[in-house]
Amino acid sequence: MRWLSDGSVDRLREEADLPDLGGSKYLVLHKLGWGGMGTVYLAQDVDLGRKVAVKVMNMADPTGALATRMMREARIVALLEHPSIVPIHDVGALDDGRVFYAMKLVQGKRLDQTTGDNASFYDLLRIFQKVCEAVAFAHARGVIHRDLKPENIMVGPFGEVLVMDWGVAKVLSDADLAADPAPTDEHSELHAIEDADLIATLPLVAGKTGDTSGGTVIGTPAYMSPEQARGQTELLDERSDVFSLGAILYYLLTGRPPYESDGGTVARRQTWKSPIRPRQLDRKIPRQVEAICLKAMSEHREDRYATAEGVGVDVVKFLDGNPVSAYRENVFEKAFRWLNKNRFIVILILAYLIMRLIVFFAVGR
Amino acid sequence: MGSDRFPVTKLSAIVASSSDDQEERTRAFEVLVAAYWMPVYKYVRIKWNKPGEDARDLTQGFFAEAIEKNFFARFDPSKAKFRTFLRTCLDGFVANENKAASRIKRGGDATILSLDFDGAEEQMRIAGPPALGALDDYFDKEWARSVFSLALESFRAQMIAAQKQTHLRLFERYVLDAEDEPTKTSYKSLSAEFNLPTTDVTNYLALARREFRRIFLEKLRELTATDEEFRREARALLGVDPQ
Repeated sequence: MRWLSDGSVDRLREEADLPDLGGSKYLVLHKLGWGGMGTVYLAQDVDLGRKVAVKVMNMADPTGALATRMMREARIVALLEHPSIVPIHDVGALDDGRVFYAMKLVQGKRLDQTTGDNASFYDLLRIFQKVCEAVAFAHARGVIHRDLKPENIMVGPFGEVLVMDWGVAKVLSDADLAADPAPTDEHSELHAIEDADLIATLPLVAGKTGDTSGGTVIGTPAYMSPEQARGQTELLDERSDVFSLGAILYYLLTGRPPYESDGGTVARRQTWKSPIRPRQLDRKIPRQVEAICLKAMSEHREDRYATAEGVGVDVVKFLDGNPVSAYRENVFEKAFRWLNKNRFIVILILAYLIMRLIVFFAVGR
Repeated sequence: MGSDRFPVTKLSAIVASSSDDQEERTRAFEVLVAAYWMPVYKYVRIKWNKPGEDARDLTQGFFAEAIEKNFFARFDPSKAKFRTFLRTCLDGFVANENKAASRIKRGGDATILSLDFDGAEEQMRIAGPPALGALDDYFDKEWARSVFSLALESFRAQMIAAQKQTHLRLFERYVLDAEDEPTKTSYKSLSAEFNLPTTDVTNYLALARREFRRIFLEKLRELTATDEEFRREARALLGVDPQ
């Protein structure tokens, strides 16, 4: 009998663990990654000859509830046709009862991995602004994500941004959809999904920081809003996602989640505690950006930006050198920002004045 | 949609080991000895710090006594996993043997099982001694190695019998031969190496992988007493939650 090294055992284990998608049009190639709920594999769509990502849930689904939920996620995402939202191609079940779905293969890095690269502060802000745009689009369609975090955001090689994992997304009620310009048939589809939400959403609990797994509160503690941590699902609206966006911005500014050490569990997040101000961790962070972050992360939702779009707009304003709504500047800051924004003109004027002085003294002699 | 996470195709050797049918019992013991002798021997060598000769005697003695007294029949699956039960029995056996001052050296003159102890020694030499903190898991790890080895052996035999040598060679090349390479061999390079279209490489590997998984689970089913234990072991070895 051939002796198997530890490495060989691990490889055989990995092979034996690969899901058997026989009977479907997908051939699994290898594992890409895993999380609390499922494992993602690289697979080949044999009909279309393209590579896709297949996510297989870790648990079997004897009641079919998980399959219903996955189908619901696929339908929600199908409604959100946006370049920053990853489309789901297919949902199915394996012979062993596990549910899988196939989605577009996203090549890139997770946002939390991107921050470790040499991405500049302004690059990260531009990425963040794109995230805000995608989330704002979903909000406009009456969908809130409920689990926004750096791990659920992918950044492609050309700077494209993708918001992933809409598995716990919520479709808002009629009243919330009133301003939605969606046509009638899409409205009825949203209703169907909303109904499915009531019967099919599996209870999920937030586990350790950065992990979403099974239990009673949906989301990830380090990034969730206070009302979400308290399980006040009736209070969850766009502003809950706005809080999570603020928490993501916090991560981008400081390199750590806002509640890493003291709010890693849901229980700890149920009592409000302000996060350490980003500038206390790094004095180089501009006050305006800190203000955007802290406004989005306000304890009370009425103090936050009303929409994700509002967060994105303020970020764009900052990038363009304009005043942001979250921060009241004093006269020196206004002057500094004006000078900074109009640096080229100021330099030209200064150069002109210096030349005039030189000419004046030269002629005077 | 099926609710069973894993197929149940083979009768448990643990259950069969207490059968009234002598032939069935013998076959069951053979299966259990094949899966457990190596972990038992290595465990006695490492955990009990026994020299090779003593460990051989103790391994032979342990299985001889298990067959003679049929103590696998005492296993209660509601209390523990079989491998935990077996390890506890083994610890008890070795402790008793240690206590017996006038212990009759077992097996030395009359080997009852043909076991490749030299091969086991060679494996231990290659692997080196386990880290101090890894001693507790040593038996479980060796047991997992043994199950995978047996499954692989059976997989080889079945693939050859089914005239699927190319599938087998591809699988071994992709999974086992590339151990020292930092990343797995790509399908494209396998395609060039085996002179096959990449789609064939993908399909052959998919089939081989499916067969290996089936055989591995069959082997595991054989080595567990109940469906519950089977699922638990599958979860432990493959890392999925079958629920």
